[in-house]
This record gives sequence, structure tokens and C-alpha cells, in this order.
Amino acid sequence: MKASNPLWKERLASKMPEHLAREVDNFETEIILRKNRKLDEKLFAETRLRRGTYGQRYDNGQRSDGTKVQKLEYPSGDLTKGPNTMWDAPGMQRIKIPAGGLNADQLETLSQLAEEYSDGIAHVTTRQDFQLHYVHIENTPSVMRRLAAANITTREACGNSVRNVTACPFAGVCADETFDVTPYSRALSKFLLGHSDTQNFGRKFKPAFSGCAQHACGLTSLNDLGFIAKKRLNAAGREEIGFEMYVGGGLGAVPYPAKLFDAFIPVEELLPLSQAIGRVFARYGEKKNRSRARLKFLIQDFGIEKFRNLVLEERKILPFDPRWTEYIDQAKGEFRESAFKEGADVPDLVSIADLNGSSEKFKQFLKFNTRPQRQPGYVTVTVTLPLGDITANQLRSLADIVRRFTRETIRTTIEQNFVIRWVSKRDLPELFKSLNAVGLGEPGAGALVDIVSCPGTDTCKLGISSSRGLAAELRKRVSEKSFQSDEAVQKLHIKISGCFNSCGQHHVADLGFYGVSRKIAGYAVPHFQVVLGGQWENNAGAYGLPVVAVPSKNIPHVVTRLTDRYVADRQPSETFKDFVKRTGKAELKKMLEDLTHPPAGDRSYFSDWGDPREYTLNDMGSGECAGEVVSPVEFGLAAAERELFESQLALEKGEIELAGRKAYGAMLTAARALVIHEFPSVSSDPDQIVAEFRRRFYESQLFWDPFAGGKFANYLFSAHQRTYFGAEEESSRYLIDEAQLFIDAAHSCYNKLGTAVAARV
Amino acid sequence: MRLTKMRSILEEETAADRKTNGPQKIELQHINVKVLLEGGENLDPIIPIFHGWIQNRILPELLIDVADYRHVHHGPGIVLIGHEADYSIDNTNGRLGLRYNRKAQLTGTNEEKLTQAARAAFVAAKYLQEDTRLSNKLYFNGHDIELFVNDRLVAPTNNDTRCALDLDLRRFANKLLNRSEYSLTYEADARRLFGAAIHFKQVFSVDDLIQNLNS
Repeated sequence: MKASNPLWKERLASKMPEHLAREVDNFETEIILRKNRKLDEKLFAETRLRRGTYGQRYDNGQRSDGTKVQKLEYPSGDLTKGPNTMWDAPGMQRIKIPAGGLNADQLETLSQLAEEYSDGIAHVTTRQDFQLHYVHIENTPSVMRRLAAANITTREACGNSVRNVTACPFAGVCADETFDVTPYSRALSKFLLGHSDTQNFGRKFKPAFSGCAQHACGLTSLNDLGFIAKKRLNAAGREEIGFEMYVGGGLGAVPYPAKLFDAFIPVEELLPLSQAIGRVFARYGEKKNRSRARLKFLIQDFGIEKFRNLVLEERKILPFDPRWTEYIDQAKGEFRESAFKEGADVPDLVSIADLNGSSEKFKQFLKFNTRPQRQPGYVTVTVTLPLGDITANQLRSLADIVRRFTRETIRTTIEQNFVIRWVSKRDLPELFKSLNAVGLGEPGAGALVDIVSCPGTDTCKLGISSSRGLAAELRKRVSEKSFQSDEAVQKLHIKISGCFNSCGQHHVADLGFYGVSRKIAGYAVPHFQVVLGGQWENNAGAYGLPVVAVPSKNIPHVVTRLTDRYVADRQPSETFKDFVKRTGKAELKKMLEDLTHPPAGDRSYFSDWGDPREYTLNDMGSGECAGEVVSPVEFGLAAAERELFESQLALEKGEIELAGRKAYGAMLTAARALVIHEFPSVSSDPDQIVAEFRRRFYESQLFWDPFAGGKFANYLFSAHQRTYFGAEEESSRYLIDEAQLFIDAAHSCYNKLGTAVAARV
Repeated sequence: MRLTKMRSILEEETAADRKTNGPQKIELQHINVKVLLEGGENLDPIIPIFHGWIQNRILPELLIDVADYRHVHHGPGIVLIGHEADYSIDNTNGRLGLRYNRKAQLTGTNEEKLTQAARAAFVAAKYLQEDTRLSNKLYFNGHDIELFVNDRLVAPTNNDTRCALDLDLRRFANKLLNRSEYSLTYEADARRLFGAAIHFKQVFSVDDLIQNLNS
């Protein structure tokens, strides 16, 4: 597409590391082969995913324009870049930034690419990556070459591979850390990239590092592989550094906290143990059923003891690799950062700003966006990005700023921001002035206004509701009164996902939301499940559970009501999570009950935030049609929701077995509601319900999610086989999450049935 | 200054080219034309208007979606994403305008390509001006357009590019303004896209300019 595409290879030949250049050459050849239809589309799809080149919404060549589905007539006709993915359809390019670490030249490169190949925006993700949207597949080799020349790769940014290795952005400068994890995270990233033992996974694999156990900057508990810095005295009485190692964490549809693999592994074991885990995951991990293919399911199936034993056995037989340890001394020096300016010891920044008559904005910026480093005289400065977005011009300005004030020490964060490190306290007024001049001086880092959101329906194929639209609206409303609101409210975290897949990390927010749809008066209406009880602090110490689904347009009212109630009722020092627990979900649900229905006659509820089109799920993929919509389905689904809520209440009371049984019962009720639609005389016998559901909705694929396939139906089948619902709280929690997803899928299935009827009429 | 030390690869390469080859003829592609607008206190109606353009297929390009970036400072604003080109209500550098960003390559002379991009931008601006949902609150300022080349390898921002393209740009400006007076200024920052701003000495309407381009 770009006129300069044929020229970059030669132009950058001497600038790219050889292995990265070769990678791009290979990919370019594969593009040519696929374009000439000499490479299978499925193979090409996995190939491009492993280069970080993703599909985007509407890439199946059709889009609902609000009244009908329009065919997008791309010039390359029926040529595809993957199953049901049109060649010319714009795509997303993900760019890996290990530990979020960047220099100024890299910021400038990203700026140029955002401008020339995307729409002028670079997006920071919750894994410290960058994403460029609306990129044409034929431009991706040029993008990759220009990145490679800046020593950045997109390799294994997507696909069934080791994803970006994340790390605390304060590593090396944090007062609370045990030691700087940066060199180790970078070493692991380099070691696993393209490693032969990580090429045969059934699903993605996400590692993370944290310098401490108490802060959420690294979120090790949500990752497949998590390392927390530790020290101990060895047998000789000498201090030894290493990691507390966790495995099998992950959010996704049903969140699993990571399990402790070892309370201490020495740094020398970091790479070989990770390699051994890769081998075990590749060998035993699920390959066919994607919904059970993450490491967390393997560990759930095996149990942590068996998994640990397998890994340790594998570790014993690994052929020695000098890379396991040779990086250690070298890495410490290679990644050592230092100050550019002399530090200034100014003890209380906000008081000084007060005395100097600084602007209110600067004072708020100092309060929220700066953090003292463990090195006296220096602070870190968080640059907040609204919805994780930054313009090409801002990236260029940021490059200038980090050159002017630091030795180009800047990192992306998992909260979709930047952290500038090694800022002399003396420079803060000037630094703020420079940032503010280019719109990067907004205060409120880590506060209520600093909302995290995945792309949602804006660009993601899986999106159900507009998470970015909602985030923008909430941000606008919260900003207006944020700094006047109660201190306890200012510190709350809002996180939004466009669907159940948790890319927006809604499970670990104080106020979490994820997109679902509901049918009201014959129309699909965008909703969000309100997720409460999660906790960001204490390294994401608790996962929330859905309380009630509310129409998207009412979510701002939900935020206002919950925060107002918290301010009014909270006990001294009570966290929001504890307030939710004390108040109880039944009471919280009751106070939101009137918001669950759109006001009569208000059609604005039938479209989503920032999108005037009549809402539809058609853009997710077209479903099969069958049957006729009858109201008992709605009654049945409502009953299932009630039953599931009772299950949550039972869990709150510690009635674990009952909670599990009720969650299973809720799935049965939802399944029966659908079955009745086709087979009204179905009995209440669970065996018959499940058998009929399987035949009519699962095997026919009517119940299937366009992307998750039969995953949600399997939750029911699996629960149905159980005779006892266990005494473990964790197991019942999983079942409640699964039941919620099953019911959401039943609503989607019902929507599809309605679409079919409408189409026939 | 470390800034000067950190020159981009592109600038180094371009400097090397200049030494060896001297100024070269440039075949323009990926032209952007930004028609500067006034008004625009409330841009909310733009979203349904752009969706309507997709729905009714009123523009020659294949239109795909609408992206709203008003939450970023001086950014691309509201973008109507297309296959061959994007249209946006762009606020880059704090200057509001309707921007046409040609993505697909074109054949023809540079003047023809500039004419195509400018016509597309003015036609879109005309549609906006005439849309009742905006109540005539967003309109061409009558005096200014900006041109960019969205490919740093095709047209790096340096003196050679300015020399190579100056004649083409002036021919285009003369056609656009029917030989009326104007000033032409170039982007100076080598890190930015090659750009030129044309300021018209007298006021022109969108209709006048479209007519001039069609003549």
C-alpha cells in the first residue's frame, strides 16, 4: 500500500539486528505467498499472529451500519489473511516492549509509525505493549523493519506464544522493592523469544515480574508465570537473591490466581525453570480445545504438586545452556540506569508548591503523579494517557522531554500510562510545564479518573459493548469533580472490558465492568456487568464477582450511586472492597435494581456510548438461525440470573457447597429456558435438560460463541458430571463465574434466535 | 545538545543521499490536505454524520468505521476510517480542520494527485457545511489549507524536497485559487511530515475552490 514499502529493506539493511531482519524477510515472503494463494489461510493467520499482526473488527468484510449489514467491498476481493478475515481489512499491529522500557529514539520511531501507517494514535496496553490500529497487512513488513532498526520486535506479540514479559515500571527506583527485577525480566524475555521449547503451546503464555509482594505494579498473580523478588540467607550465611515463583494465574473469562510454585528459586534457576515449564506446558497442555488451553487449566487438572514434580523432573534432564547464567553479571551492568541531572532533596513537594503559589493543577500533579525514588533527590513522574492513547506529536514531544530531563529513562505501565524515572525534584516545575504544554500534564495517576479500558467494540472483534466509549464518558464526568470528591473515592480504580475476556482487568478493580448484551422489548441493548469485590491493592489481592447487568447508558449512575453510598456509609479506614463485603451484594444489587431497565420510550439506550448506530451483535459474527422467540425464554433466563445471585449470597455466607450447587442450577435453568423454546415438554430432569441442550444447541452450534466456540456450554457439561460441589471456596467461585458466562451466552443465543425471526419476517 | 546527536536514521540517510545524488524528482503519494475550519464548539454531531456517510456511501472511497479521539490533546479528533483514504475532523497542532489522508497510491502527475486530494477534502467540507445537524456551526475559514505528505521516505522534510516540490505546489495553488494571491510556507522541523501551508490573501468559498479545481 505505501509507496515506500519496497525501499525500507535496503534503506535499513545495516541498521537492523540480523535476526530481526531475517524474521521480517521471512514474513514478507509469507505475505507474498499468501497473496498468490500459495500458503494456506490458517497457516498464514498463525504466522502473522506470531508477528503481532492481529485482525480487527469488521475484517470479515461486513459491518452493521445501524440499519442493515453492509458488505465491505475490498479491492482484493475474496483474498483472505486468515479464516473469514479479508486481506485488505485494516488490522492491529501489536508491538512488544519488554518490561515497558523505551528510549527516546524508540518513542520517535513509534511516533512516525503511528502517523504514517495508523491513524496518528499509538495505544499503550495493559501488558506494557503498544498497539497501532487500522494497519494494512502489506505495510506491516515496513513497520517491522523500522521497529527492528530501533531494536524493537513484534515477534510473538500475539498467537500461541510467550507474550510481552511485563515488570513493575518502578523497578530499580522503588523504595519498597527487594531488588531491581529489570535485568531478569529482560533476560527472560530475550531467552524465551523464539526459543524452540516455546513454539508448540496451545495458547498464549504470559510472564511478569515484581520487585515486591504488596503493590500491584507487576500483577504477578494474574500471569502464567510470576516472579516476585526475594532475598534469603544461604547455608553459608550469605545473602542470596532469587524469586518467589508463581504459576498458572490468569484473568480471562474465569480468573485464576496464580499458585505458588516455589517460595524461593535462586536467580540461576530463573531461565532453566521457565524453560522446563515451557516444555511441560507444550507437552501436556490442551491443544484442541482453546478454552481449556491456558496453563491455569493444566495446573487445575494436574494439581500443583503433580505439575511441580513434572517441571522439576524436566528441569533435571534439560541439556545445559550457558545462557542460563551468563547474562547475570552482564545484565546488571547493561540495564543499570543513572541520573542525568543532580538530585535535589526537597522533602514535601506539595507544601512547597503551596508556598510558591503554584497552580492547583500542578499541586494535584505532584500529589498523584510523582513518587519519591529510593535514591534521594529523585522522583518518578507518571504521565497519564486517556484510554491509553497518545498522539504522534505527543510521542515526539515526550522523546524531547525525556532527553532533556533524564537519560531517556521511561517505561510504559500496565495501567496504560508512562513513568518517567530519575527526575530531579528540582526539575519538577519545568518538567510539568513541558508536559502540560503538550497535553501530557493531567493529574490523577492511579486515581478514579485514570480509567483502564480495553479496545472493546471500537476495534476488537470480540467486543460486546463499547468499553472505550464508556471509559471516555466516565472520564469526562469524573474529571469534572474528581479532585473535589472524597479522598477515599479519589483512590478507587475503575477498569472496563468490552467482553468477558478481561483485557481491561475488570476483576481486580474496585469498580469493574464487562460488556454483555440483553434483549429488551425485542431489541438488543448494550449492557455492562457490574463487578464488585475486586481489589487492586495488595498486588491485586482479590477478584470481584458480577453483581448485576446494567444498560451501558446507566453505568455512570451506577458509579455515582456506589461511590456516594461508600462516602456516606464507610467506616473509618474501610476499603471499598471491605465496604462491599460488609454491605453485602444483595443490598448493593437492590440499590442498583431500578437502573437495570431503560426508561420507557428512551431509544438512546439501544445504542452504545460514542456510537449512534442501533446496537447489534451482528458485527461479532453472524449466528445460525433456528426456532421462534417466545417469552418463556426471557423468564427462564431471568430465573437463572436470580439463582446465580443466590449462589453468590451463599458464597458470601460461607455456604460453599450450596453456592456451587446453585451456580450449577442456574446454568441448568438457563439451558432449560432455551430448550423449552424448541421442546416445550422438556422435564425438569437435569439429565434430560442437558441431553436436549447438547443436541439442540451445542451440537447444532447455535449456542456457540463466534470466537469462544462451545466453551460456555462445556461449563454446563462439566458441572453436570459433578456429584459434589466441594468444600473449597475457590472451586465454587470458578463455578459462579462460569455460570455467569453461561447465562450471558444464553442471552446471546436468544438474541441470535430473535435475529433469525426478524430476518424471516 | 543530545537532541542533535540523536538524529533519526531517516535524516542520516537523507543527508547521505543529498551528498551523492543531489535533489531528485519526487513522485508524490499519500497526500494529506487539511481544510482549516472555524466554529466547532460542539463536535458531537460529527459522529452520526460520519456514520451516515458510511451508511449512504456518499463518498467515492470504501468507508469502514468511525474512531473518536477527542479525548487526546491536539489529536486526530474524529476519524472516518476508509480503505483508500481517511477523513477526519483533525485538531493536530491545535488547528481544527477537515483532513483528507490519502492512503492508497494514485497514478498521474503530482498536480493531478494534489488536485484529487484537495477536491476530496473540499467536497467533504462542503457536505459538513451543508449538514443541518451542525446548524452551519462548522465552516471553512476561507483562507487556509495545509498539505502534508504522509510518507517520510517519499518526501523527507528538508530543503531538497522543498526545492523538488515547490513548482508543483505553486502550480496547484494557482489552479486552486485561479491565480489569486497566496503565501506558501513550509514545515521546518525535520522530524515532522513534509508539510506546506497555503494562505489565501482573499476569501474563497468551498464552492469556488471546488469549481476552480474542476476547471
